Amino acid sequence: MAESHGETKAGAHTEADGGQHGGGFPPFDSSTFASQLVSLVIAFVALYIIVSRFALPRVGGVIEARQNVIEGDLAQAQKLKDESEAALKAYEAELAAARSRAQAIGNEAREKMNAAAEAERKSLEEKLAVRLGDAEKQIAATRTTAMSNVRGIAADAAAAIVQQLTGAAPDGKAVSKAVDASLKG
Amino acid sequence: MKIDPIHQFNIEPLFTIGHIGNQTIAFTNSSLYMFLTVALISVLMLGSGRQLIPGRFQSMAEITYEFVASTIRSTAGAEGMRFFPLIFTLFMFICVSNLVGIIPYTFTVSSHIIVTAALALLVFFTVIVYGFYKNGLKFFKIFVPSGVPIYILPLVVFIEVFSFLLRPVSHSVRLFANMLAGHIALKVFAGFVAMLGVSLGAVGWIGGVMPLALTVALTALELLVAFLQAYVFAILTCIYLNDAIHPGH
Repeated sequence: MAESHGETKAGAHTEADGGQHGGGFPPFDSSTFASQLVSLVIAFVALYIIVSRFALPRVGGVIEARQNVIEGDLAQAQKLKDESEAALKAYEAELAAARSRAQAIGNEAREKMNAAAEAERKSLEEKLAVRLGDAEKQIAATRTTAMSNVRGIAADAAAAIVQQLTGAAPDGKAVSKAVDASLKG
Repeated sequence: MKIDPIHQFNIEPLFTIGHIGNQTIAFTNSSLYMFLTVALISVLMLGSGRQLIPGRFQSMAEITYEFVASTIRSTAGAEGMRFFPLIFTLFMFICVSNLVGIIPYTFTVSSHIIVTAALALLVFFTVIVYGFYKNGLKFFKIFVPSGVPIYILPLVVFIEVFSFLLRPVSHSVRLFANMLAGHIALKVFAGFVAMLGVSLGAVGWIGGVMPLALTVALTALELLVAFLQAYVFAILTCIYLNDAIHPGH
């Protein structure tokens, strides 16, 4: 039967050479079907086994491994991001605590300073009040002295005036009584 | 000079393997290209690197993997992934053999109806066997669309059964006819270049620029068709298998 192929081949060639391809259209030449089918089955089954046993697990494994690496990296990145956010939060909390502490220290210092200033002011005021009292006392004393002097001068002047007008020296007691009365009036 | 656009489809026996009954089983040029296709796919899928960051060659293997996988997921759902090896094998076998066939002087495996019919019947019987295996008699639901009034149901069921039985025909003839017609057109236009040159001399060679340009354009188109027909074959396989996985429209 090997010749049947040979004949087909020869026939096809003759037709091709003769330029007539009415009868032997190769795709419809059933004598070649069995050969093609056998080759196709062998090739296709071989390819199916190669693809399903080796090629797809291999390539799929590589893709999956890459996917895992990417997911792992993303998870790692997320973890690091969370960590940095936590650190930032801790830093902010620390900063806020430090700020409030500084505020407290400032307030305390200010209160202390205010208290000290207040105390100083009080003592100063007391001192000033004492000196003011002293000064007032002195002024009052000076004034009393001055007033008594004025009374003496007024009595002398009155006696002198009376003597000048009457020609007789008045009674000292009467003069001083009259001066006192006019000073009070 | 005679141009024979059919000559490229000739099956040339290279040597005889054996006999089945009274049929001679020969290793033909078609067999050679089938095994070449298998070898090329194996080199692509097994020879590519396993780097974390893929190179060009590895990317190609991974892109084909992802492409077929996403095609199955989008048409047949996650359950369709159990047919991933089958669909990947079909797609790659057709795609690579079609692409190899575009190279001048090569042979296109899928330009023979027996090859495409065998592949289409493989899909057809896979759908039937898996459909009954998974769904039992509920598989017949694919012939009974829901929401159809009872008085036109017999007609609809008849049409559904008929179209189901015609599937392997359209499935195989689409691929076969596309490959056959494309290669004949290429051969005819390429033949014009030589014919013009031989018959008209210098004027003919200059005039041959036009069919030559057309041949180049057709080659580009055929590249697209080679890929597209493999994709269409694969996606139809997915759609048919989806019927087996989820019968009842």
